[in-house]
Amino acid sequence: MGKLTEIRWHGRAGQGVVTASELLAEAALQEGKYFQAFPEYGAERMGAPIKAYTRISDEPIEVHYQILNPEIVVVVNPNLLGAVDVTEGLVADGTLIVNTPEPPEKIRTRLGLQGKQVRVFAVDATRIALDTLGRDIPSTLMLGSIIRAASLVNLDNTLHLVKEKLGTKLRTEVVENNLKALRRAYDEVKEG
Amino acid sequence: MPKQLPTWKEVSPGGIIVDPGSTASYNTGTWRAFRPVHDMDKCTHCLICWINCPDSSIIVQEGRWAAFDYDHCKGCGICANVCPINKDEPHAVTGKPGTVIQMVIEKD
Amino acid sequence: MVVSTKMALEGAHASAQAMRQINPDVVAAYPITPQTAIVQTFSQFVADGQVDTEFIAAESEHGAMSACIGASAAGGRVMTATAANGLALMWEELYIAASMRLPIVMSVVNRALSAPLNIHCDHSDTMGARDAGWIHLFSETGQEAYDNTIQAVRIAEHPDLLTPVMVMQDGFITGHAVELAEIFDDQSVKDFIGAYKPQHSLLDIDHPTTFGAWDMYDYYFEHKRQQSDVLDKAMKVIVDVAQEFGQKFGRHYGIFDEYAMDDAEMAILVLSSTAGTARAVIKKLRKEGVKIGLLKLRVFRPFPAQELVAALKDIKALAVLDRSISFGAMQGAGPVFLETCAALQVAGSKTKVADYIYGLGGRDVLPDQIEKAAAGLREIVETGEVKSLVSYLGLRE
Repeated sequence: MGKLTEIRWHGRAGQGVVTASELLAEAALQEGKYFQAFPEYGAERMGAPIKAYTRISDEPIEVHYQILNPEIVVVVNPNLLGAVDVTEGLVADGTLIVNTPEPPEKIRTRLGLQGKQVRVFAVDATRIALDTLGRDIPSTLMLGSIIRAASLVNLDNTLHLVKEKLGTKLRTEVVENNLKALRRAYDEVKEG
Repeated sequence: MPKQLPTWKEVSPGGIIVDPGSTASYNTGTWRAFRPVHDMDKCTHCLICWINCPDSSIIVQEGRWAAFDYDHCKGCGICANVCPINKDEPHAVTGKPGTVIQMVIEKD
Repeated sequence: MVVSTKMALEGAHASAQAMRQINPDVVAAYPITPQTAIVQTFSQFVADGQVDTEFIAAESEHGAMSACIGASAAGGRVMTATAANGLALMWEELYIAASMRLPIVMSVVNRALSAPLNIHCDHSDTMGARDAGWIHLFSETGQEAYDNTIQAVRIAEHPDLLTPVMVMQDGFITGHAVELAEIFDDQSVKDFIGAYKPQHSLLDIDHPTTFGAWDMYDYYFEHKRQQSDVLDKAMKVIVDVAQEFGQKFGRHYGIFDEYAMDDAEMAILVLSSTAGTARAVIKKLRKEGVKIGLLKLRVFRPFPAQELVAALKDIKALAVLDRSISFGAMQGAGPVFLETCAALQVAGSKTKVADYIYGLGGRDVLPDQIEKAAAGLREIVETGEVKSLVSYLGLRE
């Protein structure tokens, strides 16, 4: 991926967005890359809209400030599309990945991105989560879609990392379901 | 920094807020992950939910339950929890037997 | 053989890891954002039996530091953590801990003091406690917080010092941010800090000692002068411990970090996480031919007056970045500026100094703010004048 890539995540507090942003950082660590992951809270409350950020770079990151112009924006909670301007600051040739049952073309239209260079991806992460994990926890599995759309880290390495992390705490079946979820998110994300 | 925020000379001394009831202009309804729904046919208008709502988000008119203020309701579920009326018949909105107020997942 | 493991850790978790490896006898603490993750993570270590620490969930920070004082006087190795108003609530205890010469080590995750209520980063909390007699170490990253916490134990417990140390990192900015941290193996850290052998302790019944006595006006002054002398000696201990740390662990610390200072005409003096952003800006300015360097202060108490004066010998203009205001000080200046000016003045230095107040209440510090300070320095060099003694970065004016 070269130098620095900046990612902004949109979600609601308590739904795993911060965890996902940190998991991406850990995947970067595994590959010898440098990283930063940090949250931006408004009200410290479950359900409140929050943003999380991840920086990934081949070179050490020493700056400490907010990401204003992300190359990638990930929207984990589709009901934020109306409430928050998820495209704010996104670079002209950036990538937008949204958890939604709708096709990417519809999201593009809804966000007024027709004719723009921004690449729009959609994946029904909620559906995948309910199918594989039995719970509406789409955030971390979206890493699969991000890897497919932007290839910041390697999928197999990431699957291995998740397997290791969860393996210490959860039953084999649950761990396998998480890996399945990630793979499906990788396979099923669509560009439009 | 958006231009409409006040400069250091313009902000209120001591950070006091002089507009009464200013939290009404903050639409916290967007925070909801769950939304309360009500079954008017089963409601006895005891108003226990209204008393217990921490966000003053139940609207009462002429002593009767009238509506939820979805602009401010944060979906805490206290109203559903304290509702004393529990019926076997299906709820008008959820179709499930239970209390007059029940919680459903908030949609887009 | 030191074995280090690279981890992706929140700054607060890095501090908690250091605490785990130090394995103190007692931790008495009370939670407060953005420190909570430190004691919360540590209390999990306690619950999981990974440490032998007696954990006291105190009723407030005042209670927490009181318990720390009691435990330390009893001969235990004691640690805690706090921030902002939590630190403020233990204000009287800070003075007591230092003047009773108790080697307590505390992580302070810098956060703004109320009012208005703000949970984000600035340095008003620890700067407000600068006269209490503690040693202050600032950390740019979670890695530095980890390294500083380990060194803090050796510094505090040094027989010449026996003085409490607070280790700072910026709230949310590094405290809540996941960055790369290299954690050493438990045994190496244990070997480095050694065992704590208190000279006097309440539990040493063979040598009964009274702690917390009363002084009349015929003794108090001498006690304070002696305490002041201890802080004079502290700098040497800090440097020696850092040297030993560097030899053993391969990471080197000093009193402050210098970047691009060799042929610099201008310099920026800054503490903590903003140093990283400042360094990036200075790298850019250097490419443009600007002769500017960076001083990142690690030790604020004791204040390294002589060392700073020496480092600023050839500097024509210095911008001091203060992340707090000393209200009522001349022109609303900040504490780092005031102390730097005093040091330069008594040394007869010709360096012109300007104060830049920045980042209060977690105001994001963007590169253009640092560039503004640098531009101010260029103006000072060109005109020979400091037009504005105290300026503000990122403030709506």
